[in-house]
Amino acid sequence: MTTAATALRSRHLLGISELEPEEIALVLDTASAMKEVGARPIKKVPTLRGRTIMNVFFEASTRTRMSFELAEKRLSADTLGMTVAGSSVSKGETLADTARTLEAMSPDMIVMRHASSGAPHQLARTSRASIINAGDGMHEHPTQALLDAFTIQERKGRLAGLRVAIVGDLVHSRVLRSNVLLLTRMGAEVRACGPATLLPVGLDRLGVRVTSRIETALEGADVVMMLRVQYERMHGLFLPSAREYFALFGLTPARLAGAAPDVIVMHPGPMNRGVEIDSAVADGPWSVILDQVANGVATRMAVLYLLAGEKDGE
Amino acid sequence: MPIVMDADRVSRSLLRIAHEILERNRGAEDLALVGIRSRGVPLANRLAAHLRDLSGVDVPTGALDITLYRDDLMRHAVGPQPVIRSTDIPFSLDNRLILLVDDVLYTGRTIRAALDALVDFGRPRAIQLVVLVDRGHRELPIRADYVGRNIPTAPTQSVQVRLSEIDGRDEVEVEG
Repeated sequence: MTTAATALRSRHLLGISELEPEEIALVLDTASAMKEVGARPIKKVPTLRGRTIMNVFFEASTRTRMSFELAEKRLSADTLGMTVAGSSVSKGETLADTARTLEAMSPDMIVMRHASSGAPHQLARTSRASIINAGDGMHEHPTQALLDAFTIQERKGRLAGLRVAIVGDLVHSRVLRSNVLLLTRMGAEVRACGPATLLPVGLDRLGVRVTSRIETALEGADVVMMLRVQYERMHGLFLPSAREYFALFGLTPARLAGAAPDVIVMHPGPMNRGVEIDSAVADGPWSVILDQVANGVATRMAVLYLLAGEKDGE
Repeated sequence: MPIVMDADRVSRSLLRIAHEILERNRGAEDLALVGIRSRGVPLANRLAAHLRDLSGVDVPTGALDITLYRDDLMRHAVGPQPVIRSTDIPFSLDNRLILLVDDVLYTGRTIRAALDALVDFGRPRAIQLVVLVDRGHRELPIRADYVGRNIPTAPTQSVQVRLSEIDGRDEVEVEG
């Protein structure tokens, strides 16, 4: 196992691509201490008292936003949220102007989701606040990959050497990209599987074995990560129908029999039962999907805590 | 640099404190030990063993990490965030008498943080403080109920407690 660092180098969390293995190990170690806070009678510690955190979501999100909010509240930060509907963005304000306005209220941290890849990076270049990427376009979703890794490590005790199959809409998925970067960095073997119309170019260059047969991807797998198939892609050129998708790529107990006996099944949510995953799998003994939700709060607490520290040379 | 307590003295102090705990609380019923990480934890475990030998009662023992409650965390440029270690208190604090255990009592700020943490876990009947060394220079109105040894020090000095569970041997050294 990788030895943990004692601090993160950057004051922003923009993507897994910027993290060294030691920094990933530090986040995971810290998350495991944070998880205990959620088990206390009073689920709150005073650590970020007096800090202001803005949750700025330019794209719909329920679980990621709630998970961040809960993490912030458990650390006693003052939080406020902005969603697109009901904000000046729907009145035509540019990202740069929104950023300046937020900045003028001097937040300590900004948690941001945006439909455009790179939007949080742009904000980070000018902002005095720490920027946390909560999903940018089809690029990265770093806290999702960190909570997935935390969940795997909790169940398997390690990441290195594990066989991880990622199945679904690979081309539109920022969850895939962040997870591939993290898992390969930590020494896991990653296989990706999806319809040929949804395979991104260059995935093999990241050290991933790509296949269009789910049986090949699942063979001997220790971990299966399902990705959501977005209904809005169904009617386009990508997929003929939900039923055909399920027939070819749906995760069923029969298909899962080809994986390792102690395989765990993950899903970042929201799930489409009967499209990418059978209910018998989603609710079955393999599923750690609800663990992922609980671990999301602990992992985000860890990230907030680690980014709140002073950095060298500032 | 002077060794102010050797292994023998550390072990006799802990045994004496165990006797004092039993005398003052008229037995070990309803007691619980909580050690502050790092070196309060092995001290709490040793006291639990003494209390079991002396009274036959198994006193529940937990570990507390106070990092999330520190008052210097977010104040000024203190460098990287301290690493958080796990808190493990596998019993209810409600209506128990809690013996809070640490190695060195100095400014009192660690104990202040620990008291804040403990009341988030429940409502103890009372909390008593056990320390192996009291070196003075309090910055808060806090005192220990049981002290292994009072050691007068200058603020420029540092007190190193070493315990076999962590450091391979038992001793207390004043440095500087």
